[in-house]
Amino acid sequence: MAIHPKEHRIVLKYADEPGYTPKIESYLEHGGYDTLKAAFSKKPEDIRDEVKKSQLRGRGGAGFPAGVKWSLVDRKSGKPIYLVCNADESEPGTFKDRQIIHKDPHQLIEGMMISAYANDCAKAFIYIREEMPHGARILDEAILEAKGKGFCGDNICGSEYSCDLVVHRGAAAYICGEETGLIESLEGKRANPRIKPPYFPAVLGLYQCPTIVNNVETLCDVKHIMEMGADEFAKIGRPNNTGTRIWCVSGGVQRPGYYEVGQITLGELVNDICGGPLPGRSIKAIIPGGSSMKILKAEDRYKGKNPDGSEYDWGLEDIPLDYDGIAAAGSMSGSGGMMVLDDTVSIPAALANLMAFYSHESCGQCTPCREGSLWLKKITTRMVHGEARPGDVDLMKSVADQIAGRTICAFGFAVAWPVQSYIAKFEDEFREYEESLSNPDTDRTSIKELACNHG
Amino acid sequence: MAEEKKDNLVTVNIDGVDVQVPKGTNMIEAAAKVGKEVPHYCYHPKLSIAGNCRMCLVELGMPGRDRATGEPMLNEDGSPKIMWMPGPAIGCGTNAAPGMHIKTNSEKVKEAREGVTEFLLVNHPLDCPICDQAGECRLQEFSASHGRGQGRFTEEKNVKPKRTRLGPRVTLDDERCILCSRCIRFSQEIANDDVLGFTDRGSYSTLTCFPGKELANNYSLNTVDICPVGALTSTDFRFKMRVWFLKETNSIDFETSAGCNTKVSSREGKIYRITPRRNDAVNDTWMPDSGRELYKKVESEDRLQSSLIDGTEVSAQNAVVAASELLNGGNVAIVGSGKATVEEQFALKGIADAIDHKGVYLVARYGEGDGILITEDRNPNVRGALLTGLIDALPEEQLTDLGQKIDSGEVKTVLTTKEDLIAAGLTEAQLSKVSVVYIGAHANPTTAKAKVVIAGLTQFEKSGTLVNVQFRIQKFNKAIPGPKGAIDDLLALSTIQANLSGEEAPSSIGSIWKSIAAEGSVFEGLSFASLSDEGQLLDGSKFSELPFKEGKSLKYDPQTEAVATTE
Repeated sequence: MAIHPKEHRIVLKYADEPGYTPKIESYLEHGGYDTLKAAFSKKPEDIRDEVKKSQLRGRGGAGFPAGVKWSLVDRKSGKPIYLVCNADESEPGTFKDRQIIHKDPHQLIEGMMISAYANDCAKAFIYIREEMPHGARILDEAILEAKGKGFCGDNICGSEYSCDLVVHRGAAAYICGEETGLIESLEGKRANPRIKPPYFPAVLGLYQCPTIVNNVETLCDVKHIMEMGADEFAKIGRPNNTGTRIWCVSGGVQRPGYYEVGQITLGELVNDICGGPLPGRSIKAIIPGGSSMKILKAEDRYKGKNPDGSEYDWGLEDIPLDYDGIAAAGSMSGSGGMMVLDDTVSIPAALANLMAFYSHESCGQCTPCREGSLWLKKITTRMVHGEARPGDVDLMKSVADQIAGRTICAFGFAVAWPVQSYIAKFEDEFREYEESLSNPDTDRTSIKELACNHG
Repeated sequence: MAEEKKDNLVTVNIDGVDVQVPKGTNMIEAAAKVGKEVPHYCYHPKLSIAGNCRMCLVELGMPGRDRATGEPMLNEDGSPKIMWMPGPAIGCGTNAAPGMHIKTNSEKVKEAREGVTEFLLVNHPLDCPICDQAGECRLQEFSASHGRGQGRFTEEKNVKPKRTRLGPRVTLDDERCILCSRCIRFSQEIANDDVLGFTDRGSYSTLTCFPGKELANNYSLNTVDICPVGALTSTDFRFKMRVWFLKETNSIDFETSAGCNTKVSSREGKIYRITPRRNDAVNDTWMPDSGRELYKKVESEDRLQSSLIDGTEVSAQNAVVAASELLNGGNVAIVGSGKATVEEQFALKGIADAIDHKGVYLVARYGEGDGILITEDRNPNVRGALLTGLIDALPEEQLTDLGQKIDSGEVKTVLTTKEDLIAAGLTEAQLSKVSVVYIGAHANPTTAKAKVVIAGLTQFEKSGTLVNVQFRIQKFNKAIPGPKGAIDDLLALSTIQANLSGEEAPSSIGSIWKSIAAEGSVFEGLSFASLSDEGQLLDGSKFSELPFKEGKSLKYDPQTEAVATTE
């Protein structure tokens, strides 16, 4: 598979190279574990400083600076510090971590061992999504290989530092990917997210001990920061948006797939790398960072002021493809799962699809998310079955507003943001459903065809 | 409650009012201190914080600090500038920190509560007219006070299991459940019997027992008490009575020396249920299931309906006269009871003092303790008998010594209060040798052999005090009237005492307390009327050497509380 010239591959550098295998021999031939060996000549706090200096931001969804996350860890409690790799990649539209795990598992192990050494962890976990059994097998084998060569386990690289690494298969629920839900699940319980305060993982995480939970891609980036140095890493991208990111593009483009890029625009990714919309179609909207993120409409202008006072006025394609760029456009880069909706897509049907997913995945712990998500599913499903009622659109908005910001975890936003943003950007489409479908004379045949999957 | 240390206090501001609370106090409790109710479902003061119902959302602000300098930010008038958080925070999970501000009644807060209330109702069956919880249902109350008053939900509601038997005493209606997890946390944290959990997820989450388990522990009915809605119901009380008809009377659980505080609910002289009453020094908000069944003894088949002389029904007055004559005849032994009240024990001591008796006994009852609220001593008031001077050593389970005195002819008459002498080890042959005077509410093998039986009252038909394992004296009140033919045990004992001593003896609780609280006694300064519902610790140091049987329980530790003299 040819690498597009606009890609900037670091993490996936060798993954798709012909002949490259997940075996340790392949990894070692490409300089694998050299960075880990070199890391032991540094003090853990120096590695932490380096990661902080790199301005690496978390690749899992929230984009929290990884170095800051590490600096919040309670190192005085006397309790063990755990490192957990969040490989519960389940945000719809996201399939990047799977590539790393399937094709280059040792890179993750190396990144984790460097991170574990930097944070004085004696035990690390990879919490991998239940639906990725192949990935779990690959990781298990890779860990055995790494232990055999002394890159993991006891006395790593002869440094006298030891860290055990365990693969834990998840409990097959979206919420297991939420940081504290993951910790509960790892403890063997229902993955109900914890209340914060007091259960901040950095202080009271796994088994009530300080815990670092990082995404797969983030931990791989740590390896590259240590390899190239924080300054070099930070040169990719712009300040506060450093390094490369792997974007997963799906939906109405000619070449969907995963692409690791530096600083480019959304248009460059969608049109140049992914080849733009399918023939005869046009892009209607883009969900930039996984299905929970707010939608971006194609013909909108995205205007505002930069922190330095200068103004920006972007079309959809001009939006810088990074954390701050997409945030400036009113959404979030999230997990990097970009879904392109072309002109054949009915926005209310897309929303109904999402609500069916989120109401199914709500853990049910706290009231607004539990009841609100199913309510929204019931309304949207009814709507796309040709049974909209007057007032449905306003009711949906109100229900979403009653969820957002009032829940234990960010899942509430994941339910509310699509509803709020889809209606805000495509209110006409919803109103049309509401008006025509609440009219008894309307022919519902076409709508019912659309709704085939929304039982 | 213990006096709070001053340096542990922080000042928080609730709706503009400054209040000092101990550090770590959550905002629901802090608001309660200034008379503000923060509505809540999942929060329970005696359980861990779950934070799942979201009803207690409040606006939260902290004094701002300048990011660059770290200096406090000030308003123009020099007061600290409060930085309000953009979203609401849960009151139950927000602990007091210096300078914290909360708003419990702002528009944002009201709107959040309306939202949560609406969400809780969308899949709720709204079957209040046939629900036992109606009238004491938090959901019903808060829907009225914090809801919008109308529904917008026009979809089909979820269907969940109804009438599920969770255990021998608890029935579950899953459709009414608001998934607050109080019952689950109670089972894990208090009852130490982790059998409840949720299956399925999202709005389909369903409370259930683990496979092959049932909610059968002796504290299962506490889950019914703390269930904020009508999901968990008492199988015994279900569909029996509307709660608003019930009169509540403060009482004490007579099962063991723990002395759980209870509420007896009755209507027109009939008791319908017993529930725990909060006392943080004794039982928190809990009580055993077994104690809730005791009211059934009021109307049990063995209940004595009238007094008897030689098996013939007589008036209580005549029985008391006959008893006095027998006791005046000498060679009397007295068997008191650890189930009697302090007042009754005191009166019995008066009788003992008035005659030349051949011994005063008490019957001990021991069983296994559960480490929670069932203590090893199954008598609720042995310590009362010690403090009144009725006995001076721990009682035996068997009346062996008394049996020998009967056999030797030393004892000719036995006065027993509440105790079945045969159960306590005497034989029918021994009872045939003596004249027995029995005062109590229930028939037993002893009453069949008794010369005089005085029909007394159960604990629900009279008032009195008990001294629990901590030497805490607690009072209970009369909930219902006794049967027509019965006489208050205290009145019977006082009358006998008066007849024997020739002096007028106090016969009401109020007047007898004047004697009990005499100078120099451990009860000095107390009176029945002034004794608070929380009870009061008495000085039991005189008995610190006695080998009490109680082990550690919820609020008692023999290691540290063997001598409970001060708060």
